[in-house]
Amino acid sequence: MELTINGKKHRIDVPPDMPLLWVLRDELGLVGTKFGCGVAACGACTVHVGGQAVRSCVTPVGEIKAPVTTIEGIGTPDRLAVIQQAWIDHQVAQCGYCQSGQIMQAAALLAENPSPTNLEIDAAMQGNLCRCGTYPRIRAAIHDAARRLRGG
Amino acid sequence: MGRARTIARRSFLIGSAAILGGIAFGAYKLEQEPENPLRPGKGETTLNPYLLIDGQGITIITPRAEMGQGNQTTLAALVAEELDLAWGSFRIMHGPPAAAYANSTLLTAGLPVKDYEERSSIQQMFEGILKKVPTLLALQATGGSSAMPDAFVKMRLVGAAARQVLMAAAARKWNVPVGTLSTRDGVVHEPGGRRASYVELAPLAVDIEPPANPPLKPASQWRYLGKSVPRLDQVAKVTGTAAYGIDTRLDGMLYATIRINPRLGGEMLSFDASEAEKMPGVRKIVDLGNGVGVIATNTWLAFQAVQAIQVEWGAAPYPPETDAIMARIEQAFEEAPNSSLRNDGDTEAAFSAPAPDDVVEAEYRAPFLAHTTMEPMNATALYTRDSMRVWVGNQSPVINRDKAAEAVGLPSKAVELITPFLGGGFGRRSEYDFTRYAALMAKAMPGTPVKTTWRREEDITHDYYRPAAIARFRAVMGKDGPVALEGKIAAPSVTRQSSLRLAGFAPPGPDRGLVEGAFDQPYGIADYRVDGHFANLDIPIGFWRSVGNSYNGFFHESFMDEMAHARGLDPVKMRLRLMKGVHEPSRLVLEKVATMAGWTGKTPEGIGRGVAFTYSFGAPTAEIIEVRDGPDGIRITRAWAATDVGVALDPRNIRAQIMSGIIYGLSAAVMGEITFSDGMVEQENFPDYDALRMNNAPRIDVEVLENKTRISGIGEPGTPPSMPALANALFDLTGKRARNLPLNAMFDFA
Repeated sequence: MELTINGKKHRIDVPPDMPLLWVLRDELGLVGTKFGCGVAACGACTVHVGGQAVRSCVTPVGEIKAPVTTIEGIGTPDRLAVIQQAWIDHQVAQCGYCQSGQIMQAAALLAENPSPTNLEIDAAMQGNLCRCGTYPRIRAAIHDAARRLRGG
Repeated sequence: MGRARTIARRSFLIGSAAILGGIAFGAYKLEQEPENPLRPGKGETTLNPYLLIDGQGITIITPRAEMGQGNQTTLAALVAEELDLAWGSFRIMHGPPAAAYANSTLLTAGLPVKDYEERSSIQQMFEGILKKVPTLLALQATGGSSAMPDAFVKMRLVGAAARQVLMAAAARKWNVPVGTLSTRDGVVHEPGGRRASYVELAPLAVDIEPPANPPLKPASQWRYLGKSVPRLDQVAKVTGTAAYGIDTRLDGMLYATIRINPRLGGEMLSFDASEAEKMPGVRKIVDLGNGVGVIATNTWLAFQAVQAIQVEWGAAPYPPETDAIMARIEQAFEEAPNSSLRNDGDTEAAFSAPAPDDVVEAEYRAPFLAHTTMEPMNATALYTRDSMRVWVGNQSPVINRDKAAEAVGLPSKAVELITPFLGGGFGRRSEYDFTRYAALMAKAMPGTPVKTTWRREEDITHDYYRPAAIARFRAVMGKDGPVALEGKIAAPSVTRQSSLRLAGFAPPGPDRGLVEGAFDQPYGIADYRVDGHFANLDIPIGFWRSVGNSYNGFFHESFMDEMAHARGLDPVKMRLRLMKGVHEPSRLVLEKVATMAGWTGKTPEGIGRGVAFTYSFGAPTAEIIEVRDGPDGIRITRAWAATDVGVALDPRNIRAQIMSGIIYGLSAAVMGEITFSDGMVEQENFPDYDALRMNNAPRIDVEVLENKTRISGIGEPGTPPSMPALANALFDLTGKRARNLPLNAMFDFA
């Protein structure tokens, strides 16, 4: 089957019920997307499919009909996305393991809602677990990224 | 390569025996300076175990696990400050397992003394000896909030000495007196205008003897220390390019997982893998003795195949149900105490005939807890019959290397271990089980790299848990507070179990860890005694963020609140009075947090506030938690914290660590509980072992004070007071006293 990931087409030969997460990590080497629970309960594996945030650990690859974007497709160390720069400015990450998923979830929120309130941020982000407890800075970084994306 | 250096040796002869939580040492000859483990390649120079310089630039070795605490950034800052480097102009690397990176303060934390008290001369002598022992034992470990106390002087000296050596090389090159030279941002300057970079000078400096005690900058001249510097790991961690152990990728690599007896420590009686063997992509089934492993062409296949294996598991070596386990812990009160590390005055006399109205009593319980690091346990190994390489996020590289070597029958020197970023540690990765299993899996396929990843279900059901504990407290109350206080704590011993597992011996004598957070609090009470009782229980337990303080903080500070309320006293004022003249920095953090929160001792209807204080890992930390009743349940709305680390090397990072410790503690207090049924852990994944999320975590304000003289670490001290502060706030809100954790058994949270 064929998948478009971060703007690039990939031919892959795997069973259609294989979760996207493991296709990305083990078959394609895109290890920025993380395994946390395997049951869509922590958000570490969040990617975009057709612009929507999905949990790749429970998304069978055979059901994907739209382009996939992973953390590697959002921005790179040399060309940071606005949201990644906001994360750096707020020094959000501690262990950092959940942050790919947090950023993908937040990016999907901002694409849909350019000026989210605290409550809207909480509602969108509550599926993303962080055991280091970086939530206060994630929320601040989302507000900051929203402001920059609005050109404010 | 490198150069021969004079190794200064000093002998320490300890008269009869030194007592560290009961460890007796005979006479040892301790090397002052262990060998530099860095093996520079062509074009590379190393001046000491912490610096590697090549044509590309300077690499600082930061030999502690980066598991979120930001320590690699601050460790690098210690060297960069004295070496005079531009921030961000260097790389950092964890470095290999080596005695050179032993953590010299790790064992001193086990001294059975109250840390807030000045050390006597004999205690100072023991402390000095104990700082040498980790080098002897190659105890390279990240834990106990010890990285900064260990490195604060050591790594600045390394930077200062290297700077002197590089300046001496420049002086020789230009034939000028070294005193005329200066440095800036990695370059040596000469008044005539000549300049040379450290990179170009390094090869000329290798035969110059470094000064033993170079002068260090006064704090007033610090550029990076004492300031909030940008963490060095942020760009990698927001772009998905930070390499964690689980991200290891090697040519021809296969993917594996394991399934160990869920009755922890039990045998595997038999297994039938015929179904799994037929599954496409499965390459090998491995008999691990107490469990099975599957090697496949991807992780998902391995996960499915391992669950398709039929296994008959043996029984657990402990009572199979939670109630019976707790009863076993309770039995420990019947035995003589293992320790009475606080025994001030005469509690026996004080409790012999008190007025019944003056007595306050309570019993508390805390459950087993899992760590749930976000990155599940994993390790990757490449075994080739005469050597092995292992990639694993871990907190104890020497032990992990040695245990992996032992498992596959290789000498330690044939095993290379690489420590990438850790997706959380919290004490879980001080163990080596994940490395040992990965080594065994790789041994089944010599020449092929094998990455072994645990399913989250395997991770939660095969942890080294924070032990459950029970405490019995009683007090005789005077007008302004307790005049006599007695606490008895019963729990299985983390110190004993982990020492046996990690070091092969169990220290006899008093176990500080069992009672820390209860016996060592800076309160002046005339008759004050704390006993620790060992529970005999073979459930795997280990270091969980703040260790004994994590349950004793809850017990001791819940009881402080009960005592205050029994007499109608303000819980802040009562504590301030008890601290007066005992430890002023502790009193000041409590006073500070009360000011920050605008504490009045009174709260309006629908709002509750609670306070707690714990002195742990050298850092007195006071916290106030606020809760509010709402239509969808109780919300934790605010938290205030004040702490004192002596020297605040990176204030922003310290505040982040306190916030992190609070959220970790509140998560456990609200909902954390590991229970057993039929010998197996009942919780398996985040749906039944959850933690606070963004929507139910409070806003947190933190202040960092510097009234203490000694520097302390900050990875753990935020956690202990958060749990009692919450329970005390809930009492203020509802009038209901929670004596058992987790609190969601008694309260409905939003």
